[in-house]
Amino acid sequence: MTVRTLLGAGLVIVLLCGTDGSAAAADGVIRVGSKSFTESYILAEIAAQVIERGGEARVERQLGLGGTGLAYRAIASGAIDLYPEYTGTLSHIILKDPALRTAEAIRARLGPSGLTMSESLGFNNTYALAVRVDTADRLGLRRISDLARQGRLTAAFSSGFLEREDGWPGLARHYGLSLAAVRVMEHALTYRAMVSGEIDIMDVFSTDGQLERLRLRVLEDDRRFFPDYSAVLLARRDMAERYPRTWARLREAFEGKLDEKRMSRLNAMADLDGKSVPEIAAAFLGTAPPDTSRKTGLAAELYTLTLDHLVLVLVSLAAAIALGVPMGIAAARFRRAGQIELGAVGMLQTIPALALLVFMIPLFGIGKGPALVALSLYALLPIVRSTYAGLIGIDGHLLEIAFVLGLGRLARLWRIELPLASIGIMAGVKTSAVMTVGTATLAAFIGGGGYGTLIVRGLALDDTATILAGAAPAAAMAVAFHVIFELLDRLAVPRGLRR
Amino acid sequence: MIELRDVTKRFGDRVALEGVSIEVHSGTVHVLLGSSGSGKSTVLRCILGLVPPDEGHVRVDGTLVSAATRAALVKRMGYVVQDGGLYPHLTAFDNVALPAQVSGWPPARTRARAAELGEMVGLDESTLRLYPRALSGGQRQRVGLMRALMPDPPILLLDEPLGALDPIVRAELQAQLGALFQALGKTVVLVTHDLREAAQLGSTITLMTAGRVVQRGSFADLLERPAVPFVTQFLTAQTLATDR
Repeated sequence: MTVRTLLGAGLVIVLLCGTDGSAAAADGVIRVGSKSFTESYILAEIAAQVIERGGEARVERQLGLGGTGLAYRAIASGAIDLYPEYTGTLSHIILKDPALRTAEAIRARLGPSGLTMSESLGFNNTYALAVRVDTADRLGLRRISDLARQGRLTAAFSSGFLEREDGWPGLARHYGLSLAAVRVMEHALTYRAMVSGEIDIMDVFSTDGQLERLRLRVLEDDRRFFPDYSAVLLARRDMAERYPRTWARLREAFEGKLDEKRMSRLNAMADLDGKSVPEIAAAFLGTAPPDTSRKTGLAAELYTLTLDHLVLVLVSLAAAIALGVPMGIAAARFRRAGQIELGAVGMLQTIPALALLVFMIPLFGIGKGPALVALSLYALLPIVRSTYAGLIGIDGHLLEIAFVLGLGRLARLWRIELPLASIGIMAGVKTSAVMTVGTATLAAFIGGGGYGTLIVRGLALDDTATILAGAAPAAAMAVAFHVIFELLDRLAVPRGLRR
Repeated sequence: MIELRDVTKRFGDRVALEGVSIEVHSGTVHVLLGSSGSGKSTVLRCILGLVPPDEGHVRVDGTLVSAATRAALVKRMGYVVQDGGLYPHLTAFDNVALPAQVSGWPPARTRARAAELGEMVGLDESTLRLYPRALSGGQRQRVGLMRALMPDPPILLLDEPLGALDPIVRAELQAQLGALFQALGKTVVLVTHDLREAAQLGSTITLMTAGRVVQRGSFADLLERPAVPFVTQFLTAQTLATDR
């Protein structure tokens, strides 16, 4: 009975955590999203600044959402109102109908989902293959079809490109290509591998800002395989209808204003010149750059992100304890059903953390709510297991004596079993705490904030300093949690059991 | 009065008790004697209701011991095990106070009773403030005894209470227990494999082997009128061992 009550309470806590973030565009706020690569950040930031100057609505930025799947689910569920997308991605990946070639056709198909999109922003950021200029000259490579003769070259592709039908699988078939080695790599890191000569071929976007300066050559798509990837703004129709002036301003500011050259220059400003995204957006709009100097900006941001991260870790850990300890107790009491429960919790752990975060979006939208639910679930296993192991490890004799001494079930649990299992339970809690500090960095992929925001941004902009600005405090927090929990042991573990 | 009637208990293939009948009269000290695996501890656990018999029945003061009655019945029993069975996370005092606390005694009454028992077994207040790991074997055993006596139960069940102690402490505690049993006048069932302990403490001795009762009587009965050769065998083996 009591166990069930506790279980119920734990569940309620978890569900309560998941209630924000799914509200739609009302309340005078337009939520602008982006995927986690440079161009998407820049376009979204430009859009955000246009909206802010329009004065019709405030802007909430949810930049750096993990990828197409995440960003699209976020806008479809109403968690964001607007983000930059590409026509090829819309037709091939989202609508899964390569026959959709015109903007009208795509827009018509988006209608039923409550979405609309702008005209092309003016540039086609299609996939392309790049090789080092010296390699290209040595082997006489100008077109993709030239690769058919080069079976000894190696390639590294981003995972999206490697799997998408409009990426490597289709391309290889279309051109009849086979390479010596094809591996998957984080896109931003691939440039370094290219420059150092570890790989010969990588996938790039035609507006990539780094191509020229890293001395990379884009191979011509001579047999016209890659579809058109015109950049557009994808938006919720209810937002466009609620703020017609803003939507018109956005289209006016963007549509046809950016050609490939201009876009790659903007990308280069971020990737190579280390300009901040807000600065670049302001430069494009011809307005004064945002006044925050870089340093105070980062300090203020770190402060917010630290609070964010603490909330993510503490709330999800509290929920995991509230849920996990009763679950461990239940598993120890009902051994057979307990095995099923432990198996289920274990299975939860086999889901990659990022995937678990993505699964939360249809249920809870994006932002802190779903991140907290996912992190709580992820933190469960060590706590459930250690509680279970701690309880079943207690000498049966001591429990019999408790019965003879007149302790009822609840008294036995509180006065004998939990204190005796406390060392084990605390070990599980500590493991979960340190683990959650790390896992919480992934929350940024679904707009959950925290140190991961800097890591995701740094990865997207290939900016090691920014990555470290997120990773180092996360590591420090993990150490701090370890120390604090060692001290908490003194509260949780009875003195007679301490060593 | 405790009564086992034709009790049989099996654990899987192993027969722990086979047709065991024992009567313990109120106010007497009854020793269950036997080597390890003879089933004597299982008898105690049947009386406590921790182990339900497969056949036969157990009655305590006329009430049949069952899942339904055992919680009420154990209130009349104190249980002492080898090495004390103390809770390592509680101080000696808190171990002793535990049964009183769960029965909702006022703290003053608990303290008074603990002081009384401490004097009885020879433990002072400062020793009671220690955690079990800081206590000697003999002290632990005394604390276990205090805890069992806390609610002043009419029945006291002791399972090898002195088994883990070195000979000197053991002899000392044996004498003390004997005096205590006499003074308290409780119904006592004491399980031991030690012949001297049985001789010194038990008014009645039941000798067991392999889950069966071999003979019941006073020590003199066992010594002088053995029912089967095993009785003499058991007695001599131990005498030789301890005389060596």
